[in-house]
Amino acid sequence: MLPNGKNIFRWVSVAALVMCGTMSVARSSDDNGKHDDGGKVVRFTQTDPRYQQECATCHIAYPPGLLSTDSWRKIMSGLDNHFGTDASLSAKENEEITAFLVDNSCDFWGAEVSPLRITETDWFQREHNSYVIPPETWKNPVVKSPANCPACHLESEHGDFSERYIRLPN
Amino acid sequence: MLRISHAIGLVLTFAAALVATSPAFALTPDEVLASIRKEAAAAPGFQGFSAARGESFFKEKHGGEWSCSSCHTDNPAALGKHAKTSKTIQPLAPAANPERFTDMAKVEKWFKRNCNDVLSRACTPQEKGDVLTYLLTIRK
Repeated sequence: MLPNGKNIFRWVSVAALVMCGTMSVARSSDDNGKHDDGGKVVRFTQTDPRYQQECATCHIAYPPGLLSTDSWRKIMSGLDNHFGTDASLSAKENEEITAFLVDNSCDFWGAEVSPLRITETDWFQREHNSYVIPPETWKNPVVKSPANCPACHLESEHGDFSERYIRLPN
Repeated sequence: MLRISHAIGLVLTFAAALVATSPAFALTPDEVLASIRKEAAAAPGFQGFSAARGESFFKEKHGGEWSCSSCHTDNPAALGKHAKTSKTIQPLAPAANPERFTDMAKVEKWFKRNCNDVLSRACTPQEKGDVLTYLLTIRK
């Protein structure tokens, strides 16, 4: 089926996901970045113990492939005020974690403006627009914030965003 | 001679292996508290730490949106929840989570981050000591 008007954005973002997924496969020696849901990459398997330890205490370890190199660099250079909280690291930790994030970043995500929030990227907004997610879901106290991936993506803490693990809370 | 150097080498290797495999808890929470006390005692008029003062400090807001208990809850022996992201936070009280307050660098890092979040400034050694004294009174 060829993309038509309304679906074209969805197809573009899927194509971007596939391209980045291919890149992550190429980078890794094991089977990194799983494809299902029609070829879209829905499992990110790049992990780093320092990233887990330092960043995944307050939020899930967002897959580095969900942001561009520029976005990660901007985030990592402003950790003293990280979306309103102090998430500062030592210079050494910062350098090591930045290297991991940049190495596994993905520049296909409409990176021209390098948003700091994954939720501000074009692809995120397309994938979570009001046709896909009913507006009341965002107001659900269980969801609370669009940064709370695990509220609906049950396996997101393990990098798995496949549709089989999506449940919109009641 | 060769044998002696061999033996020394073996002992050293064994010692290094022991250090490498020993648990990551380099300090006990009491040792961390003692280190904070040393710092606090340098301030004139220091009269020791108080669990009651630590508890109020922990549960009260300090001019900002959050208190310590906004994330760690009013019961630091229970699981906490990040006030913004809802991510589960492991218990803070050492009685409920033996990993807490066993690594000075980690303790300092989190006091810096969280004091900035709650008070928009660094905590004083007195405040840190009061809070840890309070946390050490909590039983599971």
